[in-house]
Amino acid sequence: MNRPVLELRNISKTFPGVKALDSVELQLYPGQVTALIGENGAGKSTLVKVLTGIYAPDGGEILIDDAPVTMQAATDAKRHGISAIHQEAVMFDELTVTENIFINNQNRNIFGLLDWKLMRKRAKTLLEYLDVNVDPNIPLRELSVAHKHLVSFAAALSVSSSIVIMDEPTASLSHHEIQELYRLVRRLRDEGKAILFISHKFDEIFEICDRYTVFRDGQFVGSGGIADVTQDDLVAMMVGRTVSQIYPKEQTTIGDTVMSVKGLSHPSEFADIDFDLRKGEILGFYGLVGAGRSEVMQALFGLTPTSSGSMELNGKPFKPRTPGDAVDQGLVYVPEDRQHQGAILTLPIFQNITLPQLGGLSRSGFIDMAREYDVAREYATRLQLKASSLSENVENLSGGNQQKVVIGKWLATNPNVIIVDEPTKGIDIGSKAAVHKFMGELVAQGLSVIMVSSELPEVMGMADRVIVMHEGRIAARFERDDMTAEAIVTAATGA
Amino acid sequence: MKNTSLLGKMISHREWLLGAIIVLMLMGVGYIAPFFVTPGNLAEAFDDTSILIMLACAQMLVILTRCIDLSVASNIALTGMCVALFNVAYPDTPALVTLILSIGIGIVLGAFNGILVWLVGIPSIVVTLGTMSVYRGFVFLISGGEWVNAHEMTPQFLALPRATFLDLTVLSWIAIAVTLALFVFTRFTKTGLSIFAVGGNPKAAVYSGINVGKYQFITFCISGAVAGMCGYLWVSRYAVAYVEVAVAFELQVVAACVIGGISIAGGIGTIWGAALGAIFLGLIKNALPVIGISPFWQLAISGLVIVLAVIINSRSEKCGGRRILREAHQ
Amino acid sequence: MMNEEVLKHPMTKDIKDLPDNLNGDWRNKLMRWETLLMVFVAIAFFTNTQISPYFLDPWSLSDATFNFTEKAIIALPMALLIIARDIDLSVASTIALASVAMGFANTMGAGPIELALIGMAVGTVAGFINGWIITRFDIPAIVVTIGTMSLYRGIAYIVLGDDVYRSYPSDFAFFGQGYVWGVLSFEFLLFLCLAVVFGILLHKTTFGRRVYAIGNNPTAALFSGINVKRHRLFLFTLVGLFAGIAAVLLTSRIGSTRPSIAMGWELEVITMVVLGGVNILGGAGSIVGVFIAVFLMGLVTFGMGLMNVPGIVMSIFTGCLLILVIGTPIIWRRFLNARKMRSNSGE
Repeated sequence: MNRPVLELRNISKTFPGVKALDSVELQLYPGQVTALIGENGAGKSTLVKVLTGIYAPDGGEILIDDAPVTMQAATDAKRHGISAIHQEAVMFDELTVTENIFINNQNRNIFGLLDWKLMRKRAKTLLEYLDVNVDPNIPLRELSVAHKHLVSFAAALSVSSSIVIMDEPTASLSHHEIQELYRLVRRLRDEGKAILFISHKFDEIFEICDRYTVFRDGQFVGSGGIADVTQDDLVAMMVGRTVSQIYPKEQTTIGDTVMSVKGLSHPSEFADIDFDLRKGEILGFYGLVGAGRSEVMQALFGLTPTSSGSMELNGKPFKPRTPGDAVDQGLVYVPEDRQHQGAILTLPIFQNITLPQLGGLSRSGFIDMAREYDVAREYATRLQLKASSLSENVENLSGGNQQKVVIGKWLATNPNVIIVDEPTKGIDIGSKAAVHKFMGELVAQGLSVIMVSSELPEVMGMADRVIVMHEGRIAARFERDDMTAEAIVTAATGA
Repeated sequence: MKNTSLLGKMISHREWLLGAIIVLMLMGVGYIAPFFVTPGNLAEAFDDTSILIMLACAQMLVILTRCIDLSVASNIALTGMCVALFNVAYPDTPALVTLILSIGIGIVLGAFNGILVWLVGIPSIVVTLGTMSVYRGFVFLISGGEWVNAHEMTPQFLALPRATFLDLTVLSWIAIAVTLALFVFTRFTKTGLSIFAVGGNPKAAVYSGINVGKYQFITFCISGAVAGMCGYLWVSRYAVAYVEVAVAFELQVVAACVIGGISIAGGIGTIWGAALGAIFLGLIKNALPVIGISPFWQLAISGLVIVLAVIINSRSEKCGGRRILREAHQ
Repeated sequence: MMNEEVLKHPMTKDIKDLPDNLNGDWRNKLMRWETLLMVFVAIAFFTNTQISPYFLDPWSLSDATFNFTEKAIIALPMALLIIARDIDLSVASTIALASVAMGFANTMGAGPIELALIGMAVGTVAGFINGWIITRFDIPAIVVTIGTMSLYRGIAYIVLGDDVYRSYPSDFAFFGQGYVWGVLSFEFLLFLCLAVVFGILLHKTTFGRRVYAIGNNPTAALFSGINVKRHRLFLFTLVGLFAGIAAVLLTSRIGSTRPSIAMGWELEVITMVVLGGVNILGGAGSIVGVFIAVFLMGLVTFGMGLMNVPGIVMSIFTGCLLILVIGTPIIWRRFLNARKMRSNSGE
């Protein structure tokens, strides 16, 4: 085998309280696609940031063509021929497509000024190469999510690089667009570039990757040729045990309809949403990122106004105008973005837990701190929260324990319906299992749960029924007995 | 949501709307007092607005990076006093050297703001509120509270901004040159593009290898340089330097930017917008006495215009944005 | 799985075993800044006694309170506003507007109580307008209040121009010049009472807790069912009301109104608040801190007055103080974080 163009040795990166990368290694070979596999929180995104010079590693070596290099800033990565397509939208909405593509390597004319005419022409060529039909002169904000993603591809290709990193590039693409992307990846590979392909979809890993490297909890687990392993082997390496143990869904008796939603629509985000939710049921909402699931949930919670449709909760008309209305009527929402929407990181645990029901814990406006602490302690105990003190700030907890605080804060209000949006995103396996187990207990006690999730195994393992959304509409519904992974994914991609 | 109506398009192209309003105002004032729209009078009004135009264009760069520079007026007073005292001490200095000196002093004052924002990480509003009173206090310290009057200044010190060329004063020409230079800077240099990137999405800027703090620092230096130069021009044009020179002028500068459609949230704005915003305010100031309104109205009018402009800005910025449903489905 | 958790966080225990420490270390941390301020107050006090032998005279001390009491009264609601991540730069202009309204009402023959009510009402309306524009259109408070700062003072100039309102009724002088008990002035007593009220409001009530929640994370506060807009609107209105109260006291004390009244006070009020340990970016701060900071600024200003330092030079001091008190904790926190990182990687 030829020499790796890029090699990482014993790379470590520590954040306050977390060891994100612990002596990991990685090799990338020219003309090969290497898959980096691992669960959320395994350290993949941190590794990408180390490779692109955004984070400086605490220890270890980065070698390019056998020569050690240092990465102090994003410009170093560019100098060493590394370009990356990041998972998060790291583009500039107010700049034009051309300006976005050439944000860090511009052409200049003889006066040393930027040569926009040439760059527009190059942008056009690049976009044609990618088969993207967009005008390079319009601002980026006018493009769809998928097109924005393709513009970021064009930006990565505008620099001549020998190493291309793609961080979950297919997350927001439709089936057709994914096929286009595969073609592009193969073309880049055939041009001799080393490609790092980060994904947790096994079908695509087996479709286009040549090699794999697996991380778990910030540690290197193994690597090798894709041809030598099966999906089960990879899963076992990822989670460190077999999959069936993860989802402790118990059969519960499902009762009468608690909530019904009819024809719910929003001017631009979703339309014609109909569903019933029954007592003791987990209703799954599956779809691609940007399919409109969170938008629907936020409308149910009174955060987003709707244009038409009606809702009933416990047999009464339900028309929340603020989240406070929804909470009063027994519907609560555990948002996807735990750090910004769910918890208040810089306040103590007990204040987070009691925040939604302060009114009930106070006498004529004065907080009864002893009762407040009792309530916080009760739910912290029920959720097996691990912390050094209830007065500790939430920011000091691990992701899983932060999520427990957010769930605890809503359970303390005694809701009928709890909406959980990506409940296990980015938390460690132990907490994940605890959250799943707890959801099982909740429905056993007669609560109804709506679970939005992009993780197929989670949806299939936990949900009694699944609604699949695509481009703001319901694309398909499945009962527990007739759901198959293929059918769900097909419906979600609109194929 | 796309604005398809003509009015919607006008609002989204702020410069055109503002330009149209300015022309309408000129026609209105010209109807009441025809002499106001004679070339000579317009040139005079432009000369009177020149300093505001330059400061607004420089302030725009600061605001683009999600900062604000409230110390510009104090910078004008301090630099103006410095060069005035320098002129008293060394009367033989050529005006051009004085101009360069004022730019240098201005850069130092701007860089001090920039360093505190960049390396210490203090919010710019706090830094510049602080340096606003510190710089103003220094004017008192270096002058001992005394005025430097016209008869103490040398003729060449006083002559530079007043000299005329092609019917416009040198001050006007400097304003035009600074505006054009900053236009080229924002549109055709890497630094200019990076400034937009820093304000538009600081996180993405970091991913693109753009150092957010460094570009904020650069904009503070530019703002300081322009303010310093305006310090000399101001003192020379009005032929007097004292502690209260340009008091509260920073509000007009920020007002010009807001009126010109520069988003206070960063990343959105053009040099033409800032310049037209300044011209709009200058027009109000010069037209008020002509149509018989007391100059005491000026402060309230600019306040009202700032409030209305930010409300209109917030409306037009909210159009657009992500949409999930496809057009064809509707 | 349990073991994994425990291994990763060796410090953690089950909640059942935790001590019931309501007054945990987060409070102690908060108190540290206040202690430091007290030390400075002591130093300033001692220095003043050295400068002037008359400083310790009760009447002299009482006189000293007049130059900061009105600002201190605005600092109380301003602290809440800044903790909630907002700011109001228009307070000084609101004072001018309210004072001009009182002067105008006086020419129409209003009595002392009516004058006070008018001043407070005008302040409240001005604050409500700020809050309404900011929350209705979702615009940063700083731009809106820069705008209304010029608008409110501008209106005062339109009404008054170069003129002065004088000859307020003699009873009206009580608010700003009257004494309640011995050397204790009415306005200083008012400040003391209001400080206690605000201390309880911020630290003991659901309202105060929600203010902290909004200041730490407005999105999460909204997602927790708090009506964020209504709270912000209320805070702006409250600041307006207190600017109105300050206008009554100031107008009564100096007995005249010019449109340039209270020029630059917004800076001094904000400096008092941040000097008191309130985070300019919101989310943290205490009324005790602001209370002590008020005295510190008052003592220092008074001391400089004793040494005949002109007002404009004091503004250098105020400006430097503002930058220092905000800059120092930032550098200190960065230093602590760096140390934390080092000890973590050393494990």
